[in-house]
Amino acid sequence: MKFTWFNLMPWPYLPEDFRETNRSVWVDIDQKLFDPAKSHAVYNTYMDLLEYADTLGFDGVGVNEHHQNGYGIMPSPNIIAAGLARRTKDAAIVVLGNSIALYNPPIRVAEEFAMLDCISGGRLVAGFPVGTSMDTNYCYGQIPSLTREKYQEAHDLIIKAWTTREPFAWNGRYNKLRHVNIWPRPIQDAPHPPVHIPGGGSVETYDFCIDNTYSYSYLSFSGYLRAQALMSGYWKRVEERGVDKSPYRAGFAQTILVADTDEEAERLYSEHVSYFYNRCLHVYPGFADAPGYRTIKTIQTGALSQYAPPTGGYTQLTWKELTEQGHVIAGSPETVRQRMEDLIKGLNVGNIFCLMHVGNMPADKCMYSTKLFAEKVMPKLRNMFPDWADDNRFWTSPLDKRVTAGRLPKDAPTGAELAATYSLVPGE
Amino acid sequence: MIVDLKTVQTHHVPVRYFEGGAGPQLVFLHGAGGVTADDPFLVSLATKYHVFAPLIPGYGDSEECPEIRDMLDFTLHTADVVAALGLKDPILVGHSMGGMIAAEMAALAPNEVSRLALICPAGLWDDDHPIADLFSLMPYEMPAYLFHDAEAGAAILTAGRNVTDSNFLQTYLVTNARQLGMAGRLLFPIPERGLSQRMYRIKAKTVVVWGDSDRLIPPFYAHGFKKGIAGAELVSIPEAGHMVTLEKTALVVDAIGRLG
Repeated sequence: MKFTWFNLMPWPYLPEDFRETNRSVWVDIDQKLFDPAKSHAVYNTYMDLLEYADTLGFDGVGVNEHHQNGYGIMPSPNIIAAGLARRTKDAAIVVLGNSIALYNPPIRVAEEFAMLDCISGGRLVAGFPVGTSMDTNYCYGQIPSLTREKYQEAHDLIIKAWTTREPFAWNGRYNKLRHVNIWPRPIQDAPHPPVHIPGGGSVETYDFCIDNTYSYSYLSFSGYLRAQALMSGYWKRVEERGVDKSPYRAGFAQTILVADTDEEAERLYSEHVSYFYNRCLHVYPGFADAPGYRTIKTIQTGALSQYAPPTGGYTQLTWKELTEQGHVIAGSPETVRQRMEDLIKGLNVGNIFCLMHVGNMPADKCMYSTKLFAEKVMPKLRNMFPDWADDNRFWTSPLDKRVTAGRLPKDAPTGAELAATYSLVPGE
Repeated sequence: MIVDLKTVQTHHVPVRYFEGGAGPQLVFLHGAGGVTADDPFLVSLATKYHVFAPLIPGYGDSEECPEIRDMLDFTLHTADVVAALGLKDPILVGHSMGGMIAAEMAALAPNEVSRLALICPAGLWDDDHPIADLFSLMPYEMPAYLFHDAEAGAAILTAGRNVTDSNFLQTYLVTNARQLGMAGRLLFPIPERGLSQRMYRIKAKTVVVWGDSDRLIPPFYAHGFKKGIAGAELVSIPEAGHMVTLEKTALVVDAIGRLG
């Protein structure tokens, strides 16, 4: 199993009446709700938490990209990832991901991901989302019905840039480059860093992942019970295509909250869960799916936007309902273990993106929950798929010997010390 | 049926078009919402003209065309359709997005378009007069943007549709994805593709028609077209919104009559 500690980086100061007084948490969210001075502590706390997860033995630390979004203040995940590459030791840096249709030219992503892989010593997991309609179409202005074509070209260009060892010309529809020759290139070059594709139910994405040996990640906030249909569709397609059913072909995001007892979990975390589901997920439905963003085939399979709230809306859902229906897995270590086992077996997923920070949760509660999960739950779930223990096609291959940040001596050497080091005779 | 649905082959795809009536040849280019055989404006035009109303690929039951991506593609494709229909210099009429395409056709080939009617066309942008974001509107918000009389407009939009049918939503989403997905190539996220730089080339006798209560593309833009096209005549229609063709059908047909 691979457990990645994930933080969406929500803005924790949305007002109580946010839902009543605002149309959307995304795209046209009120500028005045963001306080740059307060964000200084918010960003640094969130990064500290990601670094803390590394010290507890999580396999990865995860970041993602959203724009103009009150529950994800991370328009550039690569900036956070750069900090993590320096300040973490062993965890994979899971950037899930860069919305590659938005970068002009997309070799910028090939370059930045290469830098992250080099700085981290080969710890990068590269995510290539198409991006939500909110981000890609409404914030970044991409034409909905051309987004996938542009995405595909960006993907092909990035992979070619990573795997070609001489300059080449790229005459694409969306990118015309006479001299593609990225420098640096990734450490992980057999043939390139592992790729995870976040998907929200587009059937074309299943085949894309199968064809390229990429891991398919379903990043939902509705929990594992509601994900059954979508993931079954994926595994059915895997079977039809005649490839192996390694659980590492799939990933799933799940909100997880651990306390000493089930009661304590409710007492500690219910207000933060409520903050997330009631305030953070308040997205104006007109932004959920720009016409043309989804293919006809996908709409016909009935896979609608994951941002469409459940019937009745989240506001109606109590802590009991959110936990029982699996939106949130919360409780004592034993409760969480049981439900995680159900999730992992039920969806056949080897990669878990653990949403362990939720809504406006303060750092102390988050550390408490994270530590309990790492010490009392994670070890018991480690060996869920013994048959696939050696399958490393979807994970990182770091350098054996890696340097650590800050390893230089505190002071600069003296001239005499340098002379001794380099066997020079002073005065010559 | 006054107008019939037919098919004509073009370079890219077979194109579906409505044809009906007798008189001078007239090509009508529909807006982002599409057009149907029972559209009162089409029916009314057919009492005076020999009307041809081609559907943009993806609209109605017509085949999609992934190769049509940008303004030039749309413009040339529509010129191809006119040629495939065997028409020579028909009266060219366009509503909203269709007006944008018609204006581009007249600018690209000024000697082939001598009479042009633009009904609240898209194609220009001014930061001080932003055009509503059609693509993020919820269905229930549409009537207020499209009609002078929103209530009557809502009745027109839902007429003949069983909104309680369980298949309605999926059909609606598929139709939207096909039609507005295609329209987005010209209109998303800003319905402007450089027409203001090319408009000067238009030689056609032009009439610009606008509903005074247009809340989708404000009447402000009428002046941009009047100023940009030499000799253009502006016909403002009171108590009419963006769907002036439905709200004041006869007045729009009269305005087109000024082209002779």
